[in-house]
Amino acid sequence: MLELSPTEWTAIQLSLRVAAVATLVATPLGIAIAWLLARRDFWGKAVVDALIHLPLVLPPVATGYLLLLTFGRRGLVGAWLADHLGIVFAFRWTGAALACGIMSFPLLVRPIRLSIEAVDRRLEQAAGTLGAAPWRVFATVTLPLALPGVLAGMVLGFAKAIGEFGATITFVSNIPGETQTISSAIYSLIQTPDGDTAALRLVAVSVVIAMAALVASEWFARRALRRLHGN
Amino acid sequence: MLRVEVSKQLGEFSIEASFASEGRVTGLFGASGAGKTSLINMIAGLLRPDRGSIAIDTETLDDTANRVHVPAHRRRIGYVFQDARLFPHLDVRQNLDYGRRMNRLADDPAQRAHVTDLLDIGGLLDRRPGQLSGGERQRVALGRALLAQPRLLLLDEPLGSLDEERKEEILPYLMRLRDEANVPMVYVSHDAGEMRQLATQVVILKRGRVIAFGGGEILPLAASPA
Repeated sequence: MLELSPTEWTAIQLSLRVAAVATLVATPLGIAIAWLLARRDFWGKAVVDALIHLPLVLPPVATGYLLLLTFGRRGLVGAWLADHLGIVFAFRWTGAALACGIMSFPLLVRPIRLSIEAVDRRLEQAAGTLGAAPWRVFATVTLPLALPGVLAGMVLGFAKAIGEFGATITFVSNIPGETQTISSAIYSLIQTPDGDTAALRLVAVSVVIAMAALVASEWFARRALRRLHGN
Repeated sequence: MLRVEVSKQLGEFSIEASFASEGRVTGLFGASGAGKTSLINMIAGLLRPDRGSIAIDTETLDDTANRVHVPAHRRRIGYVFQDARLFPHLDVRQNLDYGRRMNRLADDPAQRAHVTDLLDIGGLLDRRPGQLSGGERQRVALGRALLAQPRLLLLDEPLGSLDEERKEEILPYLMRLRDEANVPMVYVSHDAGEMRQLATQVVILKRGRVIAFGGGEILPLAASPA
Protein backbone atom coordinates (compact mmCIF):
# COMPACT_ATOMS: atom_id res chain seq x y z
CA MET A 1 0.00 0.00 0.00
CA LEU A 2 2.82 2.40 0.86
CA GLU A 3 5.29 0.86 -1.57
CA LEU A 4 5.93 3.05 -4.63
CA SER A 5 5.84 1.32 -8.01
CA PRO A 6 8.71 1.83 -10.50
CA THR A 7 6.51 4.07 -12.67
CA GLU A 8 5.73 6.24 -9.66
CA TRP A 9 9.41 6.45 -8.70
CA THR A 10 10.28 7.47 -12.24
CA ALA A 11 7.63 10.20 -12.19
CA ILE A 12 8.98 11.52 -8.88
CA GLN A 13 12.59 11.53 -10.06
CA LEU A 14 11.58 13.16 -13.31
CA SER A 15 9.61 15.86 -11.51
CA LEU A 16 12.54 16.65 -9.26
CA ARG A 17 14.93 16.77 -12.19
CA VAL A 18 12.61 18.92 -14.33
CA ALA A 19 11.96 21.36 -11.49
CA ALA A 20 15.64 21.53 -10.46
CA VAL A 21 16.87 22.17 -14.01
CA ALA A 22 14.10 24.70 -14.65
CA THR A 23 14.96 26.58 -11.43
CA LEU A 24 18.73 26.50 -11.89
CA VAL A 25 18.57 27.71 -15.48
CA ALA A 26 15.92 30.34 -14.74
CA THR A 27 17.65 31.80 -11.67
CA PRO A 28 20.53 33.72 -13.33
CA LEU A 29 18.12 35.04 -15.94
CA GLY A 30 15.62 35.89 -13.21
CA ILE A 31 18.26 37.80 -11.24
CA ALA A 32 19.27 39.78 -14.32
CA ILE A 33 15.68 40.69 -15.17
CA ALA A 34 14.81 41.45 -11.55
CA TRP A 35 17.81 43.80 -11.40
CA LEU A 36 16.80 45.53 -14.63
CA LEU A 37 13.25 46.02 -13.41
CA ALA A 38 14.36 47.18 -9.97
CA ARG A 39 17.24 49.44 -10.89
CA ARG A 40 16.94 50.62 -14.47
CA ASP A 41 14.47 52.67 -16.43
CA PHE A 42 14.32 51.75 -20.07
CA TRP A 43 11.96 52.00 -22.98
CA GLY A 44 9.48 49.11 -22.95
CA LYS A 45 9.97 48.26 -19.27
CA ALA A 46 6.21 47.96 -18.75
CA VAL A 47 6.01 45.51 -21.67
CA VAL A 48 8.82 43.34 -20.27
CA ASP A 49 7.11 43.36 -16.88
CA ALA A 50 3.79 42.34 -18.43
CA LEU A 51 5.40 39.65 -20.58
CA ILE A 52 7.02 38.01 -17.55
CA HIS A 53 3.73 37.98 -15.69
CA LEU A 54 1.77 36.66 -18.65
CA PRO A 55 2.13 32.94 -17.73
CA LEU A 56 0.61 33.76 -14.34
CA VAL A 57 -2.67 35.01 -15.84
CA LEU A 58 -2.86 33.16 -19.16
CA PRO A 59 -4.59 29.72 -19.06
CA PRO A 60 -1.69 27.22 -18.74
CA VAL A 61 -3.06 25.26 -21.68
CA ALA A 62 -2.69 28.40 -23.81
CA THR A 63 0.93 28.85 -22.72
CA GLY A 64 1.57 25.18 -23.52
CA TYR A 65 0.03 25.55 -26.93
CA LEU A 66 2.10 28.66 -27.66
CA LEU A 67 5.20 26.73 -26.62
CA LEU A 68 4.23 23.90 -28.95
CA LEU A 69 3.80 26.36 -31.82
CA THR A 70 7.15 28.04 -31.11
CA PHE A 71 9.36 25.23 -29.83
CA GLY A 72 7.66 22.24 -31.48
CA ARG A 73 9.49 20.32 -34.21
CA ARG A 74 7.91 22.50 -36.86
CA GLY A 75 7.84 25.61 -34.73
CA LEU A 76 9.85 28.65 -35.73
CA VAL A 77 12.41 28.39 -32.95
CA GLY A 78 12.06 24.63 -32.44
CA ALA A 79 12.94 23.75 -36.04
CA TRP A 80 15.96 26.05 -36.01
CA LEU A 81 17.25 24.67 -32.69
CA ALA A 82 16.79 21.08 -33.88
CA ASP A 83 18.50 21.69 -37.25
CA HIS A 84 21.40 23.82 -36.04
CA LEU A 85 22.08 22.83 -32.46
CA GLY A 86 20.40 19.46 -32.18
CA ILE A 87 18.31 20.65 -29.27
CA VAL A 88 14.81 19.22 -29.20
CA PHE A 89 12.18 20.27 -26.69
CA ALA A 90 9.03 18.68 -28.08
CA PHE A 91 7.94 15.55 -26.17
CA ARG A 92 11.21 15.47 -24.19
CA TRP A 93 11.85 16.07 -20.52
CA THR A 94 13.82 19.18 -21.52
CA GLY A 95 10.57 20.57 -22.94
CA ALA A 96 8.90 19.90 -19.60
CA ALA A 97 11.72 21.87 -17.94
CA LEU A 98 11.21 24.73 -20.42
CA ALA A 99 7.46 24.80 -19.74
CA CYS A 100 8.02 24.69 -15.97
CA GLY A 101 10.70 27.38 -16.14
CA ILE A 102 8.41 29.75 -18.04
CA MET A 103 5.39 29.03 -15.84
CA SER A 104 7.35 29.55 -12.62
CA PHE A 105 9.34 32.56 -13.86
CA PRO A 106 7.02 35.28 -12.49
CA LEU A 107 7.10 33.66 -9.05
CA LEU A 108 10.88 33.42 -9.20
CA VAL A 109 11.43 37.02 -10.31
CA ARG A 110 9.07 38.79 -7.93
CA PRO A 111 10.80 38.14 -4.56
CA ILE A 112 14.21 38.78 -6.14
CA ARG A 113 13.02 42.08 -7.55
CA LEU A 114 11.51 43.14 -4.23
CA SER A 115 14.67 42.27 -2.31
CA ILE A 116 16.88 44.15 -4.80
CA GLU A 117 14.58 47.17 -4.51
CA ALA A 118 14.98 46.93 -0.73
CA VAL A 119 18.79 47.14 -0.89
CA ASP A 120 19.84 50.61 0.24
CA ARG A 121 21.17 52.41 -2.83
CA ARG A 122 23.33 54.57 -0.60
CA LEU A 123 25.38 51.44 0.18
CA GLU A 124 25.85 50.92 -3.55
CA GLN A 125 27.02 54.52 -3.87
CA ALA A 126 29.45 54.00 -1.00
CA ALA A 127 30.85 50.94 -2.77
CA GLY A 128 31.30 53.06 -5.91
CA THR A 129 33.32 55.70 -4.05
CA LEU A 130 35.53 52.88 -2.76
CA GLY A 131 36.44 51.97 -6.32
CA ALA A 132 33.93 49.23 -7.15
CA ALA A 133 32.79 49.19 -10.79
CA PRO A 134 29.02 48.73 -11.23
CA TRP A 135 29.17 44.96 -11.81
CA ARG A 136 31.34 44.53 -8.72
CA VAL A 137 28.95 46.66 -6.69
CA PHE A 138 26.28 44.21 -7.78
CA ALA A 139 28.36 41.14 -6.94
CA THR A 140 29.70 42.32 -3.58
CA VAL A 141 26.88 44.46 -2.18
CA THR A 142 23.54 44.19 -3.99
CA LEU A 143 23.42 40.44 -4.54
CA PRO A 144 24.63 39.36 -1.07
CA LEU A 145 22.14 41.73 0.54
CA ALA A 146 19.34 40.48 -1.73
CA LEU A 147 20.21 36.83 -1.12
CA PRO A 148 17.19 36.02 1.09
CA GLY A 149 14.94 37.16 -1.76
CA VAL A 150 16.89 35.12 -4.30
CA LEU A 151 16.51 31.97 -2.20
CA ALA A 152 12.83 32.68 -1.59
CA GLY A 153 12.32 33.13 -5.33
CA MET A 154 14.15 29.89 -6.09
CA VAL A 155 12.08 27.89 -3.62
CA LEU A 156 8.84 29.43 -4.86
CA GLY A 157 9.84 28.79 -8.47
CA PHE A 158 10.85 25.21 -7.67
CA ALA A 159 7.55 24.52 -5.88
CA LYS A 160 5.59 25.95 -8.80
CA ALA A 161 7.66 23.91 -11.28
CA ILE A 162 7.01 20.69 -9.34
CA GLY A 163 3.28 21.30 -9.49
CA GLU A 164 3.05 22.55 -13.07
CA PHE A 165 0.58 20.58 -15.14
CA GLY A 166 -1.38 22.37 -17.84
CA ALA A 167 1.40 23.86 -19.94
CA THR A 168 3.61 20.78 -19.57
CA ILE A 169 1.03 18.21 -20.65
CA THR A 170 -0.03 20.42 -23.58
CA PHE A 171 3.53 20.97 -24.78
CA VAL A 172 5.25 17.63 -24.15
CA SER A 173 2.31 15.29 -23.46
CA ASN A 174 2.31 12.58 -20.78
CA ILE A 175 4.89 9.96 -21.70
CA PRO A 176 5.93 7.69 -18.81
CA GLY A 177 9.68 7.87 -18.30
CA GLU A 178 10.14 10.95 -20.49
CA THR A 179 7.60 13.64 -19.70
CA GLN A 180 5.32 12.09 -17.08
CA THR A 181 5.84 14.20 -13.96
CA ILE A 182 4.11 13.67 -10.62
CA SER A 183 1.22 15.89 -11.71
CA SER A 184 0.59 14.14 -14.99
CA ALA A 185 1.06 10.73 -13.32
CA ILE A 186 -1.61 11.63 -10.75
CA TYR A 187 -3.86 12.78 -13.58
CA SER A 188 -3.39 9.48 -15.44
CA LEU A 189 -3.97 7.42 -12.29
CA ILE A 190 -7.23 9.21 -11.51
CA GLN A 191 -8.44 8.30 -15.02
CA THR A 192 -7.55 4.63 -14.43
CA PRO A 193 -9.84 2.22 -12.57
CA ASP A 194 -8.19 1.16 -9.26
CA GLY A 195 -5.66 3.98 -9.60
CA ASP A 196 -6.85 5.73 -6.43
CA THR A 197 -4.31 4.33 -3.97
CA ALA A 198 -1.40 5.05 -6.30
CA ALA A 199 -2.72 8.56 -6.92
CA LEU A 200 -2.97 9.12 -3.17
CA ARG A 201 0.61 7.90 -2.69
CA LEU A 202 1.84 10.47 -5.20
CA VAL A 203 -0.29 13.16 -3.58
CA ALA A 204 1.41 12.32 -0.27
CA VAL A 205 4.81 12.60 -1.95
CA SER A 206 3.83 16.01 -3.36
CA VAL A 207 2.86 17.18 0.12
CA VAL A 208 6.21 16.02 1.54
CA ILE A 209 8.20 17.78 -1.23
CA ALA A 210 6.19 20.99 -0.82
CA MET A 211 6.66 20.96 2.96
CA ALA A 212 10.38 20.29 2.64
CA ALA A 213 10.71 23.20 0.20
CA LEU A 214 8.88 25.57 2.54
CA VAL A 215 10.92 24.52 5.57
CA ALA A 216 14.12 24.89 3.57
CA SER A 217 13.19 28.40 2.40
CA GLU A 218 12.35 29.44 5.98
CA TRP A 219 15.73 28.10 7.14
CA PHE A 220 17.64 29.88 4.36
CA ALA A 221 15.80 33.13 5.01
CA ARG A 222 16.56 33.04 8.73
CA ARG A 223 20.21 32.21 8.13
CA ALA A 224 20.53 35.03 5.63
CA LEU A 225 18.90 37.49 8.04
CA ARG A 226 21.31 36.49 10.79
CA ARG A 227 24.21 37.05 8.40
CA LEU A 228 22.87 40.47 7.49
CA HIS A 229 22.41 41.83 10.96
CA GLY A 230 25.52 40.56 12.66
CA ASN A 231 24.94 38.44 15.79
CA MET B 1 44.64 71.72 -5.92
CA LEU B 2 40.90 71.21 -6.22
CA ARG B 3 39.05 73.35 -8.76
CA VAL B 4 35.28 73.37 -8.91
CA GLU B 5 33.12 75.41 -11.20
CA VAL B 6 29.68 73.90 -11.56
CA SER B 7 26.02 74.62 -11.97
CA LYS B 8 23.22 72.21 -11.30
CA GLN B 9 19.47 72.55 -11.19
CA LEU B 10 17.75 70.35 -8.59
CA GLY B 11 14.03 70.97 -8.78
CA GLU B 12 13.42 74.50 -7.49
CA PHE B 13 16.90 74.71 -6.05
CA SER B 14 19.97 75.61 -8.05
CA ILE B 15 23.66 75.41 -7.32
CA GLU B 16 26.07 77.76 -8.93
CA ALA B 17 29.42 77.46 -7.26
CA SER B 18 33.02 77.97 -8.11
CA PHE B 19 36.10 77.89 -5.95
CA ALA B 20 39.66 76.60 -6.04
CA SER B 21 41.40 75.40 -2.94
CA GLU B 22 44.89 74.29 -2.14
CA GLY B 23 44.23 73.74 1.55
CA ARG B 24 44.89 70.57 3.47
CA VAL B 25 41.34 70.77 4.72
CA THR B 26 38.86 72.76 2.70
CA GLY B 27 35.79 73.48 4.79
CA LEU B 28 32.42 73.74 3.07
CA PHE B 29 30.35 75.73 5.49
CA GLY B 30 26.67 76.64 5.37
CA ALA B 31 23.23 76.03 6.80
CA SER B 32 21.42 72.83 5.92
CA GLY B 33 19.94 73.21 2.47
CA ALA B 34 22.78 75.43 1.26
CA GLY B 35 23.81 72.76 -1.25
CA LYS B 36 26.89 71.40 0.55
CA THR B 37 26.07 67.71 0.08
CA SER B 38 25.06 68.15 -3.57
CA LEU B 39 28.33 69.93 -4.18
CA ILE B 40 30.50 67.18 -2.72
CA ASN B 41 28.37 64.55 -4.44
CA MET B 42 29.42 66.23 -7.66
CA ILE B 43 33.07 66.14 -6.59
CA ALA B 44 32.65 62.42 -5.76
CA GLY B 45 31.05 61.75 -9.14
CA LEU B 46 27.74 60.62 -7.65
CA LEU B 47 25.93 63.60 -9.14
CA ARG B 48 26.58 65.03 -12.57
CA PRO B 49 26.78 68.80 -12.99
CA ASP B 50 24.56 70.35 -15.67
CA ARG B 51 27.39 72.61 -16.70
CA GLY B 52 30.93 73.22 -15.57
CA SER B 53 34.08 71.42 -14.63
CA ILE B 54 35.79 69.73 -11.71
CA ALA B 55 39.51 69.01 -11.61
CA ILE B 56 42.12 67.80 -9.15
CA ASP B 57 45.57 69.12 -9.97
CA THR B 58 45.87 68.61 -13.73
CA GLU B 59 43.31 65.83 -14.00
CA THR B 60 39.86 66.73 -15.23
CA LEU B 61 37.06 64.76 -13.55
CA ASP B 62 34.13 66.60 -15.07
CA ASP B 63 34.02 68.91 -18.03
CA THR B 64 30.58 69.21 -19.56
CA ALA B 65 31.84 71.28 -22.49
CA ASN B 66 34.02 68.36 -23.59
CA ARG B 67 31.62 65.66 -22.37
CA VAL B 68 34.05 64.39 -19.76
CA HIS B 69 32.62 62.58 -16.76
CA VAL B 70 34.84 60.20 -14.84
CA PRO B 71 32.56 57.74 -12.98
CA ALA B 72 32.77 57.67 -9.19
CA HIS B 73 34.57 54.33 -9.02
CA ARG B 74 37.48 55.63 -11.11
CA ARG B 75 38.02 58.89 -9.25
CA ARG B 76 39.92 57.57 -6.25
CA ILE B 77 38.07 60.02 -4.05
CA GLY B 78 37.20 58.72 -0.60
CA TYR B 79 33.85 59.63 0.91
CA VAL B 80 32.83 59.48 4.56
CA PHE B 81 29.07 59.81 4.74
CA GLN B 82 27.13 61.27 7.61
CA ASP B 83 25.44 57.90 8.12
CA ALA B 84 28.70 55.86 7.76
CA ARG B 85 27.12 53.40 5.28
CA LEU B 86 29.17 50.42 6.40
CA PHE B 87 28.27 47.20 4.62
CA PRO B 88 26.04 45.30 7.05
CA HIS B 89 26.88 41.86 5.66
CA LEU B 90 30.63 42.30 6.16
CA ASP B 91 32.54 42.53 9.43
CA VAL B 92 34.74 45.50 10.26
CA ARG B 93 37.86 43.83 8.88
CA GLN B 94 36.16 43.13 5.54
CA ASN B 95 34.70 46.63 5.44
CA LEU B 96 38.17 48.09 5.93
CA ASP B 97 39.60 45.85 3.24
CA TYR B 98 36.87 46.57 0.68
CA GLY B 99 38.45 49.55 -1.06
CA ARG B 100 41.82 47.83 -1.34
CA ARG B 101 40.18 44.81 -3.00
CA MET B 102 38.11 46.89 -5.39
CA ASN B 103 41.11 48.99 -6.44
CA ARG B 104 43.26 45.87 -6.74
CA LEU B 105 45.91 47.31 -4.47
CA ALA B 106 48.54 45.08 -2.94
CA ASP B 107 47.96 43.99 0.64
CA ASP B 108 49.76 46.45 2.91
CA PRO B 109 49.73 45.28 6.55
CA ALA B 110 51.80 48.27 7.69
CA GLN B 111 49.33 50.74 6.23
CA ARG B 112 46.41 48.81 7.72
CA ALA B 113 48.09 48.78 11.15
CA HIS B 114 48.82 52.49 10.86
CA VAL B 115 45.21 53.38 10.07
CA THR B 116 43.69 51.07 12.68
CA ASP B 117 46.04 52.57 15.27
CA LEU B 118 45.31 56.11 14.16
CA LEU B 119 41.59 55.51 14.59
CA ASP B 120 41.75 53.08 17.52
CA ILE B 121 39.64 50.45 15.80
CA GLY B 122 41.95 47.45 16.20
CA GLY B 123 39.62 45.95 18.82
CA LEU B 124 36.57 46.07 16.55
CA LEU B 125 37.83 44.06 13.60
CA ASP B 126 35.68 40.97 14.14
CA ARG B 127 32.45 42.85 14.82
CA ARG B 128 29.58 43.53 12.49
CA PRO B 129 28.47 47.14 11.86
CA GLY B 130 25.25 46.34 13.74
CA GLN B 131 27.29 45.81 16.91
CA LEU B 132 29.08 49.17 16.80
CA SER B 133 28.20 52.47 18.49
CA GLY B 134 27.66 55.55 16.33
CA GLY B 135 31.13 56.88 17.04
CA GLU B 136 32.79 53.54 16.34
CA ARG B 137 30.89 53.23 13.08
CA GLN B 138 32.10 56.66 11.98
CA ARG B 139 35.71 55.78 12.83
CA VAL B 140 35.48 52.55 10.82
CA ALA B 141 33.99 54.50 7.89
CA LEU B 142 36.98 56.86 8.07
CA GLY B 143 39.38 53.94 8.09
CA ARG B 144 37.57 52.25 5.20
CA ALA B 145 37.81 55.40 3.07
CA LEU B 146 41.49 55.94 3.95
CA LEU B 147 42.55 52.37 3.18
CA ALA B 148 41.30 52.73 -0.40
CA GLN B 149 44.21 55.18 -0.67
CA PRO B 150 42.23 58.11 -2.05
CA ARG B 151 43.87 61.25 -3.38
CA LEU B 152 41.14 63.34 -1.81
CA LEU B 153 38.87 62.59 1.14
CA LEU B 154 35.34 64.00 1.33
CA LEU B 155 33.71 64.17 4.74
CA ASP B 156 30.01 65.02 4.81
CA GLU B 157 29.15 66.11 8.35
CA PRO B 158 30.83 63.03 9.78
CA LEU B 159 29.87 64.22 13.26
CA GLY B 160 26.35 65.21 12.27
CA SER B 161 24.59 62.14 13.59
CA LEU B 162 26.49 62.05 16.89
CA ASP B 163 25.66 63.66 20.24
CA GLU B 164 27.98 66.25 21.80
CA GLU B 165 29.94 63.72 23.81
CA ARG B 166 30.59 61.52 20.78
CA LYS B 167 31.61 64.54 18.74
CA GLU B 168 34.29 65.33 21.28
CA GLU B 169 35.37 61.71 20.97
CA ILE B 170 35.80 61.82 17.17
CA LEU B 171 37.15 65.34 16.67
CA PRO B 172 40.69 64.52 17.90
CA TYR B 173 40.86 61.64 15.39
CA LEU B 174 39.94 63.99 12.58
CA MET B 175 42.66 66.41 13.66
CA ARG B 176 45.17 63.59 13.77
CA LEU B 177 44.05 62.56 10.33
CA ARG B 178 44.56 66.07 9.01
CA ASP B 179 48.06 66.24 10.47
CA GLU B 180 49.26 62.69 9.82
CA ALA B 181 47.35 61.02 7.00
CA ASN B 182 48.64 63.24 4.24
CA VAL B 183 45.42 63.21 2.23
CA PRO B 184 43.75 66.51 1.36
CA MET B 185 40.21 66.70 2.66
CA VAL B 186 36.99 68.51 1.96
CA TYR B 187 35.08 68.85 5.19
CA VAL B 188 31.38 69.69 5.15
CA SER B 189 29.72 71.08 8.24
CA HIS B 190 27.23 73.64 9.50
CA ASP B 191 29.09 73.92 12.80
CA ALA B 192 31.42 76.94 12.92
CA GLY B 193 33.28 75.56 15.94
CA GLU B 194 34.13 72.31 14.18
CA MET B 195 35.17 74.24 11.09
CA ARG B 196 37.45 76.52 13.01
CA GLN B 197 39.23 73.54 14.55
CA LEU B 198 39.67 71.57 11.36
CA ALA B 199 39.60 73.64 8.20
CA THR B 200 42.60 75.40 6.75
CA GLN B 201 40.50 77.10 4.09
CA VAL B 202 36.80 77.85 4.20
CA VAL B 203 34.16 78.14 1.51
CA ILE B 204 30.89 79.58 2.75
CA LEU B 205 27.81 78.49 0.84
CA LYS B 206 24.40 80.07 0.96
CA ARG B 207 21.45 78.90 -1.14
CA GLY B 208 23.71 77.22 -3.65
CA ARG B 209 26.09 80.17 -4.09
CA VAL B 210 29.58 80.76 -2.73
CA ILE B 211 29.34 83.92 -0.64
CA ALA B 212 32.80 83.94 0.91
CA PHE B 213 36.14 82.20 0.60
CA GLY B 214 39.14 82.52 2.88
CA GLY B 215 40.72 81.35 6.13
CA GLY B 216 38.99 80.45 9.39
CA GLU B 217 38.55 84.13 10.21
CA ILE B 218 35.64 84.44 7.77
CA LEU B 219 33.52 82.06 9.87
CA PRO B 220 30.81 83.66 11.98
CA LEU B 221 31.87 84.07 15.60
CA ALA B 222 28.62 82.83 17.09
CA ALA B 223 28.09 79.08 16.94
CA SER B 224 25.00 79.65 14.78
CA PRO B 225 25.27 78.70 11.11
CA ALA B 226 25.49 81.30 8.37
